[in-house]
Amino acid sequence: MRKEIIKLNVGPQHPSTHGVLRLLVELEGEVVVSCDPDIGYLHRGIEKLMENRTYHRSIPLTERVDYLAGAANSLGYVLAVERLLGISEIPERARYIRVIVAELTRIASHLFWLATHGHDLGAMTPLFYALRDREIIMDFFETWAGKRLFPNMFRVGGVARDFPDGLEQEIKKFALELPQRMRDYETLLTKNPIWINRTKGVGVLTKEEVLDYGLSGPMARGSGLNFDIRRVDPYLGYDEFEFVVPLGENGDTYDRYLIRLEEMRQSCNIILQAVDRLPKGDIMIEDYQVAFPPKDKVINGEYLIPHYLLVVKGFKAPKGEIFHHTEAPKGELGFYIVSDGSEHPYRVKIRTPSFVNLQVISKLAKGRLLSDLIALIGTIDIVLADVDR
Amino acid sequence: MGIEESGGILVTTLEKVVNWARKYSVWPLTFGLACCAIEMICTAASRFDIARFGMEAYRPSPRQADMMIVAGTVTKKMLPAVLRLYEQMPDPKWVMVMGSCATCGGIFRSYAVVQGIDKYLPVDVYVPGCPPPPDALLYGITKIHEKIMQDKWLTKKYEHIKFPKKVEG
Amino acid sequence: MENLKDYIKGVIESLPPESLVSHVEFRDQVTLVVRQVSLLEVLKILKDDFGYKYLIDVTAVDRYEDDPRFEVVYHLWCHERNCLLRVKTWASQGEPPTIPSVVGLWNTANWHERECFDMFGIVFEGHPDLRRILLWEGFDGHPLRKDYPVEGR
Repeated sequence: MRKEIIKLNVGPQHPSTHGVLRLLVELEGEVVVSCDPDIGYLHRGIEKLMENRTYHRSIPLTERVDYLAGAANSLGYVLAVERLLGISEIPERARYIRVIVAELTRIASHLFWLATHGHDLGAMTPLFYALRDREIIMDFFETWAGKRLFPNMFRVGGVARDFPDGLEQEIKKFALELPQRMRDYETLLTKNPIWINRTKGVGVLTKEEVLDYGLSGPMARGSGLNFDIRRVDPYLGYDEFEFVVPLGENGDTYDRYLIRLEEMRQSCNIILQAVDRLPKGDIMIEDYQVAFPPKDKVINGEYLIPHYLLVVKGFKAPKGEIFHHTEAPKGELGFYIVSDGSEHPYRVKIRTPSFVNLQVISKLAKGRLLSDLIALIGTIDIVLADVDR
Repeated sequence: MGIEESGGILVTTLEKVVNWARKYSVWPLTFGLACCAIEMICTAASRFDIARFGMEAYRPSPRQADMMIVAGTVTKKMLPAVLRLYEQMPDPKWVMVMGSCATCGGIFRSYAVVQGIDKYLPVDVYVPGCPPPPDALLYGITKIHEKIMQDKWLTKKYEHIKFPKKVEG
Repeated sequence: MENLKDYIKGVIESLPPESLVSHVEFRDQVTLVVRQVSLLEVLKILKDDFGYKYLIDVTAVDRYEDDPRFEVVYHLWCHERNCLLRVKTWASQGEPPTIPSVVGLWNTANWHERECFDMFGIVFEGHPDLRRILLWEGFDGHPLRKDYPVEGR
């Protein structure tokens, strides 16, 4: 018997790596001996670019960090800047709009994950079903903001545009219907023997390993670690909503699949509560040193000048440093902003969930079959822009 | 093209018929780089249904593909791989650039991003937007179709020949 | 909130006094500034005795005009009490700047430290596999340093 190690190069162009991930895999037969991810194929220098822009002009950059959940990223950034400035309260309507959009983004991201994860493991139908529902969410964003993937409507101190008439009812209708339609998706996968064979017992993580590798989001909750930042460090008034944080038992790919499905239902639940409580009123604070005046009043000199100064020069933030984290669809998204008292941040570090979660793949893949590697990439739910920034 | 009056015979040139067949059977390369790739997948999926244009056969291997959609930011680290994929594709091949990043670098004017893939690849169609919606991509595809129809792959080599004019008398 | 403040006060009091330079509070977030020689000791105490078991992030800040130039920042999270703590220290002077690695305490620090090395050129001593992570081998310079131009060289 002669044993030979085969070196296999997966990516950067590969249909199942969800972007431009490259994995250097060493194989013995079909068993993975070692797996070394090579990332950085989508490193765009966002952190460096943000150092040279005013706080407001960085918002479009942050949306492109995790492009499956654009609004969730700019939400994290805007909340961090607000905390840096000491803005603790924004108008109620703006707050609820933020919650609704953040949860819609979570659903959209998880739907896309369901589509690609299923597709990678050989189930083609979920792709078409899940993307059908995702298109509805994209339509909501297009109606509200004029853009599908990146609404780019969150501003420091509120939101830039109110929901158009009737959109709330449409969103409510969608949130009521989605859990019913998800039952159909579950009939395709949850009890499907092929699906169970491909996912059960694959990529098992214990609680200690989760802590050791600093995992967050569904990766941590799959192993039973009760860590949802919406619960443990509430922002945007998430503590007033009723929702369940689903936890897994075995910490394998199948558990994480069930958790993400349950999270979508819980997001629908939060959306329904938020739409019911959505009050009428302002959508932006009235401090025109930092927040944009309403667009229809900008023809008036009283509003025109602060608007002009805000666009051209930006606002000065107090000297200090802040770390603010939010629960993005993929895990903990943190913004560490260091300010030196000028209009530009001195340093912005984006702590992205995918970057940290991807690291564990070398550990999970060791000793497994090559085909499990594809399941593992899917279950970690990475987006390469989120990994590389 | 013309139809003969008797027998329903269609008269056309070989070039046009081949171009017409090519136009409705373009096989794109499964190749997503960044945000635009998501819109490309949406175009291929249930609602926009790229199969209407005969393009549903996304090929993971460049050797079976004849159209490359550069969808997303091309970084300097990724550039050698992009060029290699292009060179692996058999002729005739078309390149479509999707989104601002691949067109000109977009909002990422930084040390890591290639400021426009057209410095390195011959581009046929640019689709602007950040990211372009699926309808924009479909419009770009129709533009590629127009370009394919104008492709003089057969008669090009005779273009330089000046046929002598008939002399009267 | 008051409980948390008392807790963090207790944390500060129980650390060896010579290890701590100062502590800063800004917008309800506490930063402990520690000396580099006692960094590992402090992090180990925080991890084992006070439940800061989750290392959120390791990053650096380039204070271009100061000496020592590079601040290294650790964000820790305690799952039992749900509180955040920021530990800050400096990388040593000179080129390249150095600092001990914390991979022995948390495996997650591996990639964070590689990223810091890639972006700032800080060498983490004792790191098992210190090489560039986001940029390619042979890249000239460290882009997040303040003297590196945005559009590259």
